[in-house]
Amino acid sequence: MNDSPLSFLNRLILALRAFGRILIDEGFAAGVLRLEGGAAALAPVTAEPTRPVLKETSPDSALQLLALLQQEGRFVDFLQENVTAYSDTEIGGAARVVHEGCCKVVRDYLRIQPVREEAEGVRLTVPAGFDPTAVRLTGNVVGQPPFTGTLMHRGWRVAEIKLPKVAEGHDVQVLAPAEVEL
Amino acid sequence: MSTARYTVGIDLGTTHCVLAAVDLTASDGDEVVERIELIPQLTAPGAVEERPMLPSFLYLPHPDELRPEDRVLPWGEPPFVVGELARAMGSRTPIRLVSSAKSWLCHPGVDRRAAILPVEAPEEVGQISPLQASIRYLEHLRAAWDHQHPDAPLIEQDVVLTVPASFDPAARELTAEAAEAVGLRHLVLLEEPQAALYHWVLATREGWRKQVQLGDIILVIDLGGGTADFSLIAVTERDGSLELVRVAVGEHILLGGDNMDLALAHTVRAKLAEQGIQLDPWQLQGLTHGCRSAKETLLSHGEVEAVPVVVPSRGSKLIGGTLRTELTRDEVSHTLMEGFFPIVEAAARPAARARAALTKLGLPYAQDAAMTRHLAAFLGRQVEATRHLSGFEGRLPEHASFLHPTAVLFNGGVFKAPPLLERTLTVLNGWLATEDAPPARLLEGSDLDLAVALGAAYYGYVRRGRGVRIRGGTAKSYYVGVESAMPAVPGMEPPIEALCIAPFGMEEGTQAELPPQEVGLVVGEPVRFRFFGSSVRRTDQVGAVLEQWTADEVEELEEIEATLPAEDRQPGEVVPVRLHAAVTEVGTLRLEAVPREGGEAWKVEFDVRGEH
Repeated sequence: MNDSPLSFLNRLILALRAFGRILIDEGFAAGVLRLEGGAAALAPVTAEPTRPVLKETSPDSALQLLALLQQEGRFVDFLQENVTAYSDTEIGGAARVVHEGCCKVVRDYLRIQPVREEAEGVRLTVPAGFDPTAVRLTGNVVGQPPFTGTLMHRGWRVAEIKLPKVAEGHDVQVLAPAEVEL
Repeated sequence: MSTARYTVGIDLGTTHCVLAAVDLTASDGDEVVERIELIPQLTAPGAVEERPMLPSFLYLPHPDELRPEDRVLPWGEPPFVVGELARAMGSRTPIRLVSSAKSWLCHPGVDRRAAILPVEAPEEVGQISPLQASIRYLEHLRAAWDHQHPDAPLIEQDVVLTVPASFDPAARELTAEAAEAVGLRHLVLLEEPQAALYHWVLATREGWRKQVQLGDIILVIDLGGGTADFSLIAVTERDGSLELVRVAVGEHILLGGDNMDLALAHTVRAKLAEQGIQLDPWQLQGLTHGCRSAKETLLSHGEVEAVPVVVPSRGSKLIGGTLRTELTRDEVSHTLMEGFFPIVEAAARPAARARAALTKLGLPYAQDAAMTRHLAAFLGRQVEATRHLSGFEGRLPEHASFLHPTAVLFNGGVFKAPPLLERTLTVLNGWLATEDAPPARLLEGSDLDLAVALGAAYYGYVRRGRGVRIRGGTAKSYYVGVESAMPAVPGMEPPIEALCIAPFGMEEGTQAELPPQEVGLVVGEPVRFRFFGSSVRRTDQVGAVLEQWTADEVEELEEIEATLPAEDRQPGEVVPVRLHAAVTEVGTLRLEAVPREGGEAWKVEFDVRGEH
């Protein structure tokens, strides 16, 4: 693995690729979860006794969202390309298509809100009984709530999601049909 | 009155349909509960979404193109596609796409009941008529409504269907016929600019009486995706309270927002062509789309000088194949401001290029793209519109060369770009200033895309006696051509006189008098009459005969046709009849031939089979 520092553009592309793969590849998603939870490296997932609380999520709506991102924003096309072969200007031109289209999808089908309305950088108090899924404490995590700290990231949550209804029997695995012009 | 629970407004637009409703059980007096009804439609094969607008496109798929489950709607799987998916598929396969059906519906050069759409379709595509296309859109809207209101089906509601103010009697009748075919029994037609004004009245919650006063003349400019429509509405007084009277409507002009986006795309295409880059039709479509959003950015953010426009590649190689260019402020300003909204004088008139010989079947698009010149022509032609209106005596100076509006209401998606609205107002106020008239006020409208449907639903409520109604009746007087009693001159057509059979301003549900003159119908044979309308001759009464007129004053419409069945008469016999006009409750003009001896009257058809 190449250990040289990654440029912002490279990291942006990596983030987009990871996003797509998390949606379709459960093993990869589990790995990222571990890594993000503090694991040192992406070690192979060892077989642990599965706990009954874990459930399989249906891939249908993930595939549907991915198809919408492709349809409006050419998202899959973008991820599947080898960006090293192009200049930043060329990548920038394509990124506009991706950004505009994907924004439209996010705007039309999801309502995304910050978890915390405060500006980043302000000090705030996290009361006892807070939801650790929505607010993550980092750094010097000791003592008893309420905790006082600095808001580093506002967080995002989906307030509403409304995807198109899909007809029974429609193959959601096809993200974009092949086009043949007659 | 019906037992309706809702009054429903349907805007059957050239590019979009919108459905709105007023809930009668929840509304009382000024408390009106109105809303836009979402319309489920296919947005991709197998994907159904609810959207506020239904694009007025119909796609006739190849039998192998879509599996039945990919065109499933909540209420069934029709063999054609309507709405967003139709537009998307049609952009790749235009030979199967029906678009602008509404413009075809009022195209006098074609038989609107004949299967002619899509025009470019090869033989194996089962073409449909403009009338059928309208029926398909209405069927979709009815199914959408019934799906959402299973206990209040649309055919039992009071439905208001909007038409352009400039629709001729034949197009209005065809629209009503389409609605009837869908089963809409409680139907009235409403002119779109009036619907926009009703929406304004509704939005002010009866505060409108404070915003206008006796003597005001409101100009409504409705510039939608495909058509431009003008109306003048005067504020009058009756029994001490203000009233609204629609005094004039404009001609039918096929000019709208889509023309503007296309014009911008061609500007950019020319720029790319200079760099040696040629675009295929698919890319031009992408470019038009890109120009539309770039235009909105440029027109609403004064500090931006240029906006990048990218044309995505067709293949999966997005980065290598994407073309990047930009649209500049200068280009938008030159193409839109100077092309569509030029600063012209009040005396300017649209250029009428001589049409090239009829090479192929097409829509009669406006020859002059300058909206401001069309507006100047309209106000100039209607200078006399308020002459005989009580309360308006002496308001317009003697030397006025055009009618002076005192307020303007804008409607239609084009005016989402504020500079286009401001430019129109500036040009108009410039004309007013040259004739020492005060500038026209801007009436603040809202929901430019949805106002017509909402206003129509509100009109249904108003018809039940709960608010101000815009009066006005028919916006034209109508005439049939009769040969004059001059001695025949060999080699010359006998001169034609125009006999007035329907005066200006006939209200819904009223009948004109019988004209004293008779015309002869040949039993068993269709007999055609030349038919004329005038939007400026307001005082002609039934029986009046015009010996000469100017083209600006009286416009020739399509011929009308009457057939007297033989029954107990001799075929070939000439029966004297009188032509009797009435305006139905729905709002369509009805002409009948009434024989002298009485007995049954025979309907005169407006929509004769086009033989042009």
